[in-house]
Amino acid sequence: MTALFYIAAVIAVLSTLMVVTRTNLVHALLYLVVSLFAVAVVFYTLGAPFVAALEVIVYAGAIMMLFLFAVMLLNVGADSPLRVPGWAWVGPGVLVGVLLAELIYGLTRATQPLAGGEVGPAAVGDALYGPYVLGVELASMLLLAALIGARHVAARARDEEDARAASRRGSPPATPVAAPPRPDPETGAGDAAGDEPDAPSAPPLTAWEGDS
Amino acid sequence: MAAVSLDHALVLAAILFAVGFAGLLTRRNLIVVLACIEIMLNAAGLAFVAAGARWGQADGQVMFLFVLAMAAAEVAVGLAIAIRFRQSLKSLDVDEADEMKG
Repeated sequence: MTALFYIAAVIAVLSTLMVVTRTNLVHALLYLVVSLFAVAVVFYTLGAPFVAALEVIVYAGAIMMLFLFAVMLLNVGADSPLRVPGWAWVGPGVLVGVLLAELIYGLTRATQPLAGGEVGPAAVGDALYGPYVLGVELASMLLLAALIGARHVAARARDEEDARAASRRGSPPATPVAAPPRPDPETGAGDAAGDEPDAPSAPPLTAWEGDS
Repeated sequence: MAAVSLDHALVLAAILFAVGFAGLLTRRNLIVVLACIEIMLNAAGLAFVAAGARWGQADGQVMFLFVLAMAAAEVAVGLAIAIRFRQSLKSLDVDEADEMKG
């Protein structure tokens, strides 16, 4: 188990260094996943299997998914080729392979927990919903606030982008045929907040031409 | 405690934190900056878990869960801000945002 800890620690440090030094964003995120996996193995060797599982599920699963969605939405790699070149997989692949070998070894052979003994999920759950229940409630409030805040910030960006795209679409031809049906669903949903749903033509058109 | 000593786990946490901090100071891509903040939070959580494992208590893992929730909230808001940033400044370079002369 001690050797497992040190191997995973070396992998964590190496992959974190690669995260910081890569210039390609997608490569950096790949190495970040490796770093999180390595820290999960470190947690496992420290006798905290529950937290190790959560590290993989929440960090390497959910949070990395957020990063990938941001990369996708921001179209970051638009100038670089879409396919990652073959050699880019070698580094993370080797590191993850070592981690996998460690995990298999740890799960099959070295079942002896170390340190002050393994602290299992039951003990964590007891503490979580015993003395720390107020913290759990506060964490749920924090997550809800983050959810609403993120939605508010990102949705405003999208509304403005829609308005700009509509003005770009509408201004060059300036055809009155195609113009009126466009704005009422978009600008009405965006900033006017649907205060006058039945009078679409006049206010959106002026907002439109003012933008362009 | 025949195995990993607390010191070594804390040294690992310190190294990870330092690497993340160096990245935070040197990188200019906003998404990489957010990833470096994740690395630093992860290192702090590692210190919590190591300390909890040293005394065989569950409190360290509970604290790690709170760090995890905070990291999730932070990265959600941070990436939403990244979308706004990209839209208003047409770039992800954090040095572009110097209008406040910070």
